[in-house]
Formats: sequence, C-alpha cells, structure tokens
Amino acid sequence: MAVPMLEAIDLHAAYGRIEVLRGVDLRVPKGAVVALLGPNGAGKSTLIKCVSGQHKPTSGDLHLAGVHVQDAGSDELARLGLCTIPEGRAIFPNLTVEENLRLISYAGVATGAVLDVAFSHFPRLHERRSQLAGTLSGGEQQMLAMSRALASDPALLLLDELSMGLAPLVVDELYEIVAAIAASGVSILCIEQFANTALRVADYVAVMSGGRVVATGEPDEIRDTMVDVILGGAA
Amino acid sequence: MDSVVSFTILGLFTGAAYAIAASGLVLTYTTTRVFNIAHGALGMVMAFIFWDFSQRQGLPTWLALVLVLGVVAPATGWAIQRFVTRGLGEGPVSVTLVVTVGLLVGCIGLATQVWPPESRTPLPLFNGSGVELSNTYVTAHQLITVLLAGMVALLLYLLLTRTRIGTAMRASVDNPELLKLFGGKPDRVAGLAWAIGTSLAALGGILLTPVVGLSYYDLTLLVINAYAAAMLGRLRSLPLTLVGAMGLGILQSYAVAYLPSDGLLSGIRSAMPALFLFAVIVLMPQAQLRVGQVKGIVSAPLPSRTRQLGADVALVALVALLTAWLPGSSLLLVGMAATYAMVMLSLVLLTGYGGHVSLAQFTFAGIGALVYAKLGEPTLSGLLLSALVAAAVGAVVAIPVLRLTGLYLALSTLAFGLLMDKMIFQAEFAFGTNNSLDAERLTILGTSFSSLGGYVLVMTFFLVLMAFAVLALRRGALGRLLIAMRDSPAACGTLGLDTRWFRVGLFALSAGMAGIAGGLFAGLRGTIGASDFQVLASLPLLLLAVVFGVTSVTGAVLGGTGLMLLPVLQSTNPSLAGLIFGLVGFGAVALGRDPNCLANRLFTLGRALRAQVRTPVRRPSESYQDRPEVTEEVPAHVAS
Repeated sequence: MAVPMLEAIDLHAAYGRIEVLRGVDLRVPKGAVVALLGPNGAGKSTLIKCVSGQHKPTSGDLHLAGVHVQDAGSDELARLGLCTIPEGRAIFPNLTVEENLRLISYAGVATGAVLDVAFSHFPRLHERRSQLAGTLSGGEQQMLAMSRALASDPALLLLDELSMGLAPLVVDELYEIVAAIAASGVSILCIEQFANTALRVADYVAVMSGGRVVATGEPDEIRDTMVDVILGGAA
Repeated sequence: MDSVVSFTILGLFTGAAYAIAASGLVLTYTTTRVFNIAHGALGMVMAFIFWDFSQRQGLPTWLALVLVLGVVAPATGWAIQRFVTRGLGEGPVSVTLVVTVGLLVGCIGLATQVWPPESRTPLPLFNGSGVELSNTYVTAHQLITVLLAGMVALLLYLLLTRTRIGTAMRASVDNPELLKLFGGKPDRVAGLAWAIGTSLAALGGILLTPVVGLSYYDLTLLVINAYAAAMLGRLRSLPLTLVGAMGLGILQSYAVAYLPSDGLLSGIRSAMPALFLFAVIVLMPQAQLRVGQVKGIVSAPLPSRTRQLGADVALVALVALLTAWLPGSSLLLVGMAATYAMVMLSLVLLTGYGGHVSLAQFTFAGIGALVYAKLGEPTLSGLLLSALVAAAVGAVVAIPVLRLTGLYLALSTLAFGLLMDKMIFQAEFAFGTNNSLDAERLTILGTSFSSLGGYVLVMTFFLVLMAFAVLALRRGALGRLLIAMRDSPAACGTLGLDTRWFRVGLFALSAGMAGIAGGLFAGLRGTIGASDFQVLASLPLLLLAVVFGVTSVTGAVLGGTGLMLLPVLQSTNPSLAGLIFGLVGFGAVALGRDPNCLANRLFTLGRALRAQVRTPVRRPSESYQDRPEVTEEVPAHVAS
C-alpha cells in the first residue's frame, strides 16, 4: 500500500494536565480529502495543531509522507509544503491585501506567482489589493486565507472550520475552491461543522469523540454513526 | 533675526537626534509590542562604548562608529530580544514595564561600574569643520545628524513597507503564530527589529553626547524625549514621529533662547519634553479597549485575619525590640525601611491589585514631605493634609490619561516625575536648589514623639495601619472590582462599570499613601531636600517591590527593608556600588515575570513547612494540589 500523506499513530496531547487527545489513529491517503467531524471538545482542532507543529504531542507518532516529523516547528513544516489555515480568519488584519499575499512567498513560491494565482481566482481581491485586510468582509477575508492554500502549492492542506461565521452561499463557494484544490492532487484534512457540505467533497470521513477517532469510512457508511456521535446517541 | 535662524538650526539638530532615537523606539514597539523604557539607557551605554573605543582605545572614529553601530549595538539588541523580552508583548503591560525598567537600572549600574564617574569630553564627528549658512556657523556634526535622521526615516519606511521581512515585522505583532504557519520566523523578525532599534538608540546617543555630555542620567532620560516625539505618531507612525521630534527639538531650542533664565519659568527649559508629552497626550484620541484577552496575573493568596493580626503584632514587637537595642544611626535605617515599605504598599494597591504601574511613586512621597514641611504643623491633621495634597496631584496626573491604556499612564508618571524634579521641587517656593527644609516630628493627641525610637515605632504603627487598610480594601467589593478591572477592562465595560474615574480614584489613593509615607519620612529625617525624592529613585523602588512580591503586604515590608539595605551595601563596598545597582536591575529582569516572586516563594515554603508539621493529616485541597499530572503513563510506541 502506498505511503499515506499523513499518518497519526496513537497520538496523545494535553494542555497542562488536561488530556485532549487520547490515542488518535488517523490516515490521510495521498491525494484524498478527509473530513474530520465530531462534537465540540472532541479534539479536532488540537489534532490539527499537533499536525501543523503548533502544539507538541505528549506521545505517539506523526508521519508526513512517511517521514517522522514530531519535533519540527510549524514554520519549518510550512516551508516544506504543509499549509494550515487555522480557525478564525487566518489573515493579518493590519496589513493590506497585497502585503498579506506577499507573505505567502515565505512558503517558497515567488511573489509574482502568488499574486497571479490569487487575483485570477478571486478578482475581488485584486480590486481591493491596497485595502487593509481587516476591513474586508468575512467572505473576502476567507478568500484571502484560501489564496495561501491555492498559491503555495502544498502537499498537504489542513483546514480548520472554513465556514465559521460565513453565509451558506459563501461556504459553498469556498468549498468549490477546496474541491478544485483537491482535484489538483493536494491531500486535504478539513474540520467542518457543516457536515453535509464537507461530505460532498470528502473521500473519507473520520469522526472524533472524546479525544479518539471513533469511526472512519466513506461518507455513506459514516452518515448514521456520525449522527449518533454528534447528537449523543452512541455510548 | 539671525538668532532665530541659528536657534532653529540648533533645534533642528537636536530634533534630528531625537528622531533617530525615537524611530528606534517606534520600531521595537510596533514589531514586538514591548515598550523599551531602557531605550535611552541602551543609547547611553553605547555612547560610553563609543567613547571607550574612539578615545580610550584610540581607534579611528569611523571604525569605532562602525563597530558600535554595526556589531555591539545590534548584538546587544538581538540578545535582549532573545533572552529578555521574548514573549513579553503578549503579557500584561505591567510586566513589560517592570522588565524594561530593570534593564534601565541594570544599564546605569553597568555603566557606573565599568566607566566610573570622571570628566570625559566626547568629541563631535569631524571636529572643527563646518559651513557658514546664512550668517550662522553650522558644524559638520550637526549637518550629518540632520542628514542621518532623514536617511534613517527613509530607510525604515522602505524596510517596513517595501520588503518582505519588513512586512513580516508588522505582521508578527498581530499574530506571530500565524506568521509561523505562513512559513516566516517571528523570532528572527523580532530579533532584527531589536537589533535595528538598539542601533538607532546608539546612534542617537552618540550624536547627542557632544551636546549633553557623557552623563549616565541625561542620556537615559532621553527616552522621555523620544517617547514624547513618538507619541505624536501614537507610537506607530514614523513620519509623525519625525515631525514630533523636530518640533520638540525646535521648541526646546526656543525655550533656551527666549524664556527667562531665572524664576519659575526657568524650569520649563529642562521640562520641555515632559510638557510636550502632556500636551500630546491630552490631545490624543481615545484608545480602544482590547477585547478577547485576559491578561491577569496570579496574586498572592490573602492571609487569614488571625494570621494577619499575628504578623502585625510580631512586626511591631520586633521594631519595639530594635528601638530598645539599636543605636541611633541604625534606627534611622529602620525608619527608612518603614517609609519605603509604606511607599511599596501604595504600589501593592496600584500595581499588585490594580495592574497599573507608576514610575514616579517617590515623587508623590516628595509632595507629601514638601507639604508637611511647609505647613509646619506636625499633627495628624497636618499629615492628613499632606496626604490629601499628594492624592489630589495623583488624580491630576491620572486625569489626562483617562482615555488611554495602562502603558501611557505609566509613561506619563515618568514624565510627571521629571517635571516635578526640574520645575517644582527645585523652585524657590519648594525645596529650592541645593537647599533643604526643616520638618518637626509628629505630635499625636498632645503626645510628642520627638525621640527617634518612639518615632520609628509610630511609623511602624502607621505601616501596620496601612497594611490593614489595604487588606480590608482587597477583601471588600472594591478589591474585587480592582482585580476585575486589572484582568479584563473590556469585561468590566460590558458589565456597565465605569472604570475610568475608578482608575483616577485608585491612582489618587495610592499617591495619598505615598504622601503619608513622605510626610512621616520628613519628620524622621528632620531636614529634607529635593535630592531625596529624585525621579530615578522611584525605579529601584518599583523593581524591589516587584522582586519581593508586589501583590502582598509581606512583599512590601521585605522590599522596603531591601531598598533600605541597598545604599548601605553600596557604601560598605564602594567599589562594587555600580555592580549592586546593576544586580538589582538584572535581577528584576530575571524575576519580573512573576510579580509575586520572593514573597510567594516564602508563602509556598511556609505552607510546605506547616504541611510537614501536620502530616499525616492532610487536607483534601492540599492533597489534590500535590497530585501529579493527570496524563496517563503511556509507553512510547515505535512506528510499526
């Protein structure tokens, strides 16, 4: 079997003395989109923080494309082709749109190419390129954040609640972009509360609860289990 | 007419030097959100190093300049960022201030230790050459300074807006974690900002030394000029900072030229930066509350009433014993310690509970002492009146900064302290220059405490009373309000609490307490002068308060004793005087992050000892705290 893009093996993580991840096992195959679902407090965001290098796991192993990456810093991983869009608006509000885009070049792509990609996908960003990013609308801010996923050409993309606080129409638009990125061969792990939206683009689904992955499978298999886990039917 | 031109040119020159220093300050503040009070002190140390290289070691001027600006200063700045201020921008403003004040005091200590006071004449660059400009002789040094200021401004502007690393500098202040996810290195960016900032402080210092001389304090206080200039641009805008610096330089130059050199107005010359600063602050727009951050500090636990009473009785008994045994000179020291402890208690209220920092608490004590001595009425009502005057002045200082955040309040106290130093305390109607006032000891209900021992005991009683008052306040509703305001002003706002006037009241109360301490101090010493209440003396006071624990009464009492011992240690080891001073500063740098510090360690030790005595009966709460981390023991798996 091919080496998965991301593999977590018995991953444990804690904030101080509160343990949040209690042995997570998860695989994201190369080129696949995996949706990570689960109730609040299940440890989804913590898992993403561990993978992106923002939080140090207490034990367990993380492999990116078969390489053990436990002690790498988040900046190092970002330069190596891991793109993380964290929860909330992943932009710098006090910089202009163009300056935000210019910073994307830290991931190892030329500034000119970044601007081309971003402006061709989102013409609206071009109109507002000298405006402060904090003054954009929520949807435009998320477009700016997604520009990084598009332009930095990552091997693995981590998305944490893209839809937070956005209108359903905008969410649909953003997920079209996610589907386009997936079609270009990028592996994606995304957290999403709008389960149906996520399931439309996902190849696989993992359901987390209580710090563990309690179910994995293809979207159709998982739909019933998921309702139980999120709404509290299952033990 | 010629004089106007020549004074304008002189003003432009000083303004340009201020601009260079101020832009360094703005750079470090905007990129790391750490306001470096030691900015001027770093410039001072660098100016000394430059003097050392160029004149003592005899290196060519250009080489010395390159070495200081290109190697020593950036390396120092980088090291400070790496080891001292990293991560401070996220913390409460009070911690940032205390750590950089520690740096300031440490720098002064270091400089006095390495370069003991002697007369040094720093030479201007290209000494002797200059040009005639519309009947005014302009030295090459002045020309270069103005040119350099323009260049620095331009280069900084280009760096911050046109380059990627400059953009990353501005990005990292908002969200360093996100910058990492972009692939940037926030630590490297902040290190660069500090390296450039320190280099600019050095350049400002070196350019100013031929004018102000190689003095430890004048260059250190340069930070106020730089800050005043930077305030015009709200500590952010570089162009406005440049305008502010030039304006300040010219104003100062005109003040020297056209204001009378004696009388009350004479003080205005040296107090110009502070006045300029107040003017700018009053005209500043309202600051916004920062939402979504809880920046609390953990306070020391409140003692139980019985334990508090026991400690108070023990303290009074100890002092009573000391008065019986100790000779007069040592008793004077005990009295000093009590004074310092009282001033520190006022800081417990203001900084420990309220989260505001005052950099001029001793100045308020000075006001109390001044009023007490001037009144010539050594009774309780006289003391009360001096406290009230100090409190009123405290309120006046706090009112202009009502609309602004904690940083501005702290910095305006520094400016206020300087203002009092230069304008009021030295004026004829106050202490007068090199003059002193006599003060009598207190008479309470017809009993005169004229003996030193009795007076020291009375001071201890006042200290205990103040401690009672502070703790009673902390236990009540006001105390809860204080803590709530410190932890989240935004949350207080949503609860409908008007924190602004409360803040003024808190500041006034704290100033009043310092005023009582000052009045008692005047009685203790008998004669007092302006030199007893210099603004720079307030800084070691703040540092020791924090090192010994600014959230507890115990910390204040210990800190007062420590501050009293400091000059004693210095006079017994004169060769190490600067070193001791430096140690206090750098100690505060190391310990300042934990504002409970030594007192809290002591409490922890006390609890541990009591637990030892009490074993095996353990209270459930204690056993819970002793429990190890909840994480399960998981053997490390190897990838299969």
